[in-house]
Amino acid sequence: MNRLAILLGVAVASIGLAVGAASAQQITGAGASFPNPVYQKWGEAAQKAIGLQLNYQSVGSGAGMTQARNRTVDFGASDAPMSPALLAEHKLLQFPTVMGSLVAIVNIPGVDDNQMKMTGELLADIYMGKITKWNDPRLVEMNRGLSLPNLAIAPVYRADGSGTTFVWVTYLSAVSPEWKDKVGVGTSVKWPAGTGARGNEGVAGTVRNTRGAIGYVENAYAVQNKLVSTQLRNRAGNFVIASHEAFLAAADNADWNAPNFAANLVDQQGAKSWPIVSPTFILLPMDPKDATRSANVMKFFDWAFANGNKLAEELEYIPLPKAVQDAVRATWKVNVKGPDGKPVM
Amino acid sequence: MSSSAISPPGHLATAPRKSGSTGDRIFSGLCHGAGVFVLILLGAIIIELFIGGLPAFRAFGIGFVWGDNWDPVAEEFGAIVPIYGTIVTSVMALALAVPIAFGIAYFLTEIAPVPMRQPVGTAIELLAAVPSIIYGMWGFFVIVPVMAQYVQPALIDSIGELPLIGVLFAGPPFGTGIFTAALILAIMIIPFIAATMRDVFRTVPPVFKESAYGLGCTRWEVMWNIVIPYTRRSVVGGIMLGLGRALGETLAVTFVIGNANRIATSVFAPGNTIASLVALEFGEAEADSLKLSALLALGFILFVLSFIVLAISRFLLRPPAGQ
Repeated sequence: MNRLAILLGVAVASIGLAVGAASAQQITGAGASFPNPVYQKWGEAAQKAIGLQLNYQSVGSGAGMTQARNRTVDFGASDAPMSPALLAEHKLLQFPTVMGSLVAIVNIPGVDDNQMKMTGELLADIYMGKITKWNDPRLVEMNRGLSLPNLAIAPVYRADGSGTTFVWVTYLSAVSPEWKDKVGVGTSVKWPAGTGARGNEGVAGTVRNTRGAIGYVENAYAVQNKLVSTQLRNRAGNFVIASHEAFLAAADNADWNAPNFAANLVDQQGAKSWPIVSPTFILLPMDPKDATRSANVMKFFDWAFANGNKLAEELEYIPLPKAVQDAVRATWKVNVKGPDGKPVM
Repeated sequence: MSSSAISPPGHLATAPRKSGSTGDRIFSGLCHGAGVFVLILLGAIIIELFIGGLPAFRAFGIGFVWGDNWDPVAEEFGAIVPIYGTIVTSVMALALAVPIAFGIAYFLTEIAPVPMRQPVGTAIELLAAVPSIIYGMWGFFVIVPVMAQYVQPALIDSIGELPLIGVLFAGPPFGTGIFTAALILAIMIIPFIAATMRDVFRTVPPVFKESAYGLGCTRWEVMWNIVIPYTRRSVVGGIMLGLGRALGETLAVTFVIGNANRIATSVFAPGNTIASLVALEFGEAEADSLKLSALLALGFILFVLSFIVLAISRFLLRPPAGQ
């Protein structure tokens, strides 16, 4: 497989080189599909503004990590942070670019957007197959104002390995020791119950088609498709509605000083914090073969941090706090060195 | 050979023959090359899949084949759930497709008015050319909602409550699942089987059928006693070709099968097939990981399964000895 990956990578890279020869301002990246819309948007805008052309391929976080390791692209992208050991081994610098949030979506007759109250513990029990009816006493107790029907709960999950799943099960593990014990965290896990669907659109479609279904999608997707989201109880014990303020509150309360910026934004402190927020990461070689291209990658994200926040918000992403963006800029200057040993940026 | 005795000697006749024989040699060389190339390619794919899957076979032993655990977090992999899903959906699809394909083929060769045979036959062949992604999307957006809202709730509330067979039709009505996957697969393989059957039914010498009709046989009796015995081998071979396609079908199945790595008793429960699991998990499988190896090992198993089916179909489709 390694050989196949290299071959593919070489093919991609050689296309990149061929185009790069024509206009030297081309940069290539590959990986996570979750930030793909905002990277594409930034790419379009940056080409007009600073003449940098981004060629980003949304091939999945796992493939993004592989390509970054093999140096077949200028940068890799991943929703799940890479382990510190692997980062060191492959001389990769990891930094966040933007944040996203997940919401739980439901299809229950008579329940509208943001009406249903839900907790992480109950979500974990639903996805474990322990709560199987919508009129379960624990759900009814929490939702006094709603009349919940005697209807089987149909949990829907992402069947394809995905960063979205990684964030979702990170949250379930954070709030449910049993989930952490029995299922754990990964881009795909051994689901104890429910049905799988392919991609965000697959999950949304299955939830829409199935009476009694519950699923999870990125907030951007839920907003654009007018899906029925639930409230969630955060760590402080308050029920919050998925909103920009709630996402920002989570970001403000996070500890961004974690090694390699692998900040944990899930189940954050704060009265207003939305509990399922997550950054997405870039993996950049610290020993680039081509210093110019590497510098262009950093220029691109420098431009995006300075000018791309509004574009990100339009797509329902959450820009990084200013302090984090500055910390990322600082780490570029220190850690990415060209063949001559001098900082690239 | 006595060709020299027939062809007149003379340079007018021999000159083209000389150049012709050079051409023949080149042509035969190219053909041999093409034949050998296919063999090498096939061997290379099998070997590459096996080598890729070797770490998984080493880690789990032969038990990989019947292990029922697929846990990417704990890095424990077993293949029986997708193998089971692959075989069950394919066999169910055959059970649904064969009677319909048989009906189509018989209608086209025996019953349909002659002007109608060609257009309908062409339409069947065109159906075989529809890309599988189209069937997948059609299945997901059209069939699945119908199954979820009408067919499955009705069946679950009626048959699902019965003792014994009830478990086969129990569970929440997702619309997706083993049964829906089998339904889509059946629709996809009907054209293959129908076209093969039609072609072999045509090979029955008319004199056999006319004699039977002359003795006062009904259409059904002619079919059952003349046409089927005469073409049995080829019919089974055609069915096996359909089975081969059903086993390896990826995209359409991925959309509608529900993608759960569990074996359930209910036919409405979600499951998974080998091809669908590989397609879904490949993007997130990291280089050199055990998961990637397990996926390649699954590919190897699917290859072996398809190879067995194809070998059986070749065996059945071979011309009977003595003809």
